[in-house]
Amino acid sequence: MDTITPVDTATAPMSGKDRYRAGTMEYKKMGYWVPDYVPSDTDIIALFRVTPQDGVDPVEASAAVAGESSTATWTVVWTDRLTACDKYRAKCYRVDPVPNAPGQYFAYIAYDLDLFEPGSIANLTASIIGNVFGFKPLKALRLEDMRLPVAYVKTFKGPPTGIVVERERLDKFGRPLLGATVKPKLGLSGRNYGRVVYEALKGGLDFTKDDENINSQPFMHWRDRFLYCMEAVNRAQAYSGEVKGTYLNVTAGTMEDMYERAEFAKELGSTIIMIDLVIGYTAIQSMSNWARKNDMILHLHRAGHSTYTRQKSHGVSFRVIAKWMRLAGVDHIHAGTVVGKLEGDPATTKGYYDICREEFNPTQLENGVFFDQHWASLNKMMPVASGGIHAGQMHQLLHLLGEDVVLQFGGGTIGHPGGIAAGATANRVALEAMVLARNEGRDYVNEGPEILDAAARHCQPLRQALDTWKDVTFNYASTDTPDFVPTATAAE
Amino acid sequence: MRVTQGTFSYLPELTDDQIRAQVQYCIDKGYAVNLEFTDDPHPRNTYWEMWGLPMFDTRDAAAVMTELAECRRTYGDRYIRISAFDSTHGWESLRLSFIVNRPADEPGLKLVRQETGGRNIRYTTVPYATEKPEGQRYGVV
Repeated sequence: MDTITPVDTATAPMSGKDRYRAGTMEYKKMGYWVPDYVPSDTDIIALFRVTPQDGVDPVEASAAVAGESSTATWTVVWTDRLTACDKYRAKCYRVDPVPNAPGQYFAYIAYDLDLFEPGSIANLTASIIGNVFGFKPLKALRLEDMRLPVAYVKTFKGPPTGIVVERERLDKFGRPLLGATVKPKLGLSGRNYGRVVYEALKGGLDFTKDDENINSQPFMHWRDRFLYCMEAVNRAQAYSGEVKGTYLNVTAGTMEDMYERAEFAKELGSTIIMIDLVIGYTAIQSMSNWARKNDMILHLHRAGHSTYTRQKSHGVSFRVIAKWMRLAGVDHIHAGTVVGKLEGDPATTKGYYDICREEFNPTQLENGVFFDQHWASLNKMMPVASGGIHAGQMHQLLHLLGEDVVLQFGGGTIGHPGGIAAGATANRVALEAMVLARNEGRDYVNEGPEILDAAARHCQPLRQALDTWKDVTFNYASTDTPDFVPTATAAE
Repeated sequence: MRVTQGTFSYLPELTDDQIRAQVQYCIDKGYAVNLEFTDDPHPRNTYWEMWGLPMFDTRDAAAVMTELAECRRTYGDRYIRISAFDSTHGWESLRLSFIVNRPADEPGLKLVRQETGGRNIRYTTVPYATEKPEGQRYGVV
């Protein structure tokens, strides 16, 4: 891979009187392009995909991104000279052409730790994605990845529960958890809604889930939903002897309303509550604090993310959102299914899952992970796979997504011909049969269909599920794919 | 009624060969395998009685199977589970847990509802078996 080499003395930063003469100046001359800069261990590093307007020099465009996301404005200001401005200027130190994407460049930009308030995603994002995405000299801009130094990570509390403690509380180990989103997502009364929850949990699921837009509408007031759902959860617990849960969505118009709903969920004995990404970063951090204080698992539905994560040219990659959410502190996060109905290239999705679940993420360009990332023992997030998956894919799901994941079969439970409980049982039997086979050392990925057939011999609902959905696949090209093939290595 | 705690409770009872394979999987992963038993199947009864300590230095599932046979001889009327502990930093908890023995008859759990303020209900789950003293709950095999 080519690196644009910086032996252009004409772009060297200027200093003194020349630098601060009133008027405009190229960003790269103002000190936002420092090709020999070596990022320190405490710097935050952002990797942007920059698409300059035609005729705009990529280095100047990248320096402008550094400038506009840190100290610069469109003209020189003398008040810079009252500050330690060399420290506060973000420094673009590397610009690489994107492989196989003419006109696009990867710009590496380092930010001093002092630019950011400790423990505030709102502050971080106000800088990094605050202004710069509308900057006219750029056609498009995408934040691809960030390196968050341990010094910064340690200013956050992270997920309130984490994968390990969630499993301990639920007393469920060694297999993916199973869930389902109640459908139809709009229109059920509280009483009817609770019926779906009861049947699904009784049939063998661990969790049911409110959908992102179930809050408090004319057809179902939130208190009604909570009361009927907890009747269902407790009935299913007594029926099975297992801990069960339902993600009660506390998303509301104000923080006061959200706190009220969360308190009611706690009063009713729920193990878990849920919020939507659209409530905003500060609200998420507040609900995380609340969850930590009240022994509650916090589920995040990434509602709205595809508006800015999906297109490769512009926006913010979901891997960055996942990193911010691990800092902000949620326990569950939807991270893709690969095989289901929603966007998700396998390699890119692997990158997201690693960010959720690992203590250390090594650079893996083939998965879209551009930096080594240490998580400093911050709790792990449980990824949630939801959207168009069914029991017949169990071998693929276990192989691609691993053991620490919630597999959510909404339609794949509720749409079962034998009813909701039968659908749940089919999923649970398929899952346990697959884990058993994997642990026995079988080639479960290739023998998956036979393993499921064998399990279906003692489970009629699984037989029906396999017959109903046997041909359902969602094979479409992904829009968000890695730029590097597995054999590529980073050029230095 | 069937208590479905633990991985594999939705499958037909595992044979000893199947149990051995799972135990060997755990041992090969570096987990310490332990046997625990109880006659209180409440979903939040975390601390089942330990049958000795986790077998930290056992490399062969056969040793665990010998202990299981021994445990079944004494407590065959109760629930017995196999638990595998992973001491790796960042986990330091169970990696697998599954029931390998259960009472001949499982009467299930009772749900008690106490009506409180508004429409709120306070729920209590009570295993029918625990209405008798420990050790007398499922009869003797």
